[in-house]
Amino acid sequence: MAAPEFVYTVYIAAPVERVWNALVDGDLTRQYWGHENRSDWKPGSRWEHVRVGPGGEVDIAGRVIEIDPPRKLVTSWFSPGDEGNEARTSRVTYEVSEVGAEARLVVTHSDLNEPNMRAGVSSGWPLVLSSLKSFLETGKGLDALDKRVKELG
Amino acid sequence: MEKVFRALADPSRRMLLDRLFARGGQTLSALAADMPMSRQAVTKHLAILEEANLVSVHWQGREKLHYLNPVPIGEIVHRWVGKFEDARVESLTGFKAGIEEKEKKHGRT
Repeated sequence: MAAPEFVYTVYIAAPVERVWNALVDGDLTRQYWGHENRSDWKPGSRWEHVRVGPGGEVDIAGRVIEIDPPRKLVTSWFSPGDEGNEARTSRVTYEVSEVGAEARLVVTHSDLNEPNMRAGVSSGWPLVLSSLKSFLETGKGLDALDKRVKELG
Repeated sequence: MEKVFRALADPSRRMLLDRLFARGGQTLSALAADMPMSRQAVTKHLAILEEANLVSVHWQGREKLHYLNPVPIGEIVHRWVGKFEDARVESLTGFKAGIEEKEKKHGRT
């Protein structure tokens, strides 16, 4: 397996379970990510990243490759138009662990061969993870993320 | 946040982050070959960057790969700069509306 393109780490003052739920519960993801993550989260199932708003566009979709609550989730990741195109399908791994009183979340993005997705992802993840941290620690995500989601159209 | 500022205060460490920004997933050896300092010094600087969470680590088999982790820098930006940015965008929006209003008056669109 090739080395991942990006590895992001965030420390959050919250229990591992809360961090996990904030990744897989659409009612929570919509509050800091501007999108609902929807799936039944069974291995092989589809997951969708649905933009909050009247259009409800699916901006990203993929399959659940591996799931081990509340520690590890591996999904594939593609633009809906690229479904079935292996060369344009990337892979995201979320790993949650305890470090002292905090949770550490490591997001690893691999097989990112598609340049537009690569560019979007490299500026997107740090913002999403900061927003997640802010949401779990203060109850509110970042305005900067709302703004970015609005710019999607 | 103090650790982040302390880690960023050193020019060699900023150079290491520049290298990782240019190319993520480098080993200690690759980074040391590219830096005007000893391998021991690079090891020490990387440890400080890791400690400040400015570098993420990924084990690829037996190789330890280093990645720039900009998340803590983002936290600093959102804490202070984000607020200024909102103000700036608002003033620019006002500026644009003013210009458009003027152009309308002068019969240009």
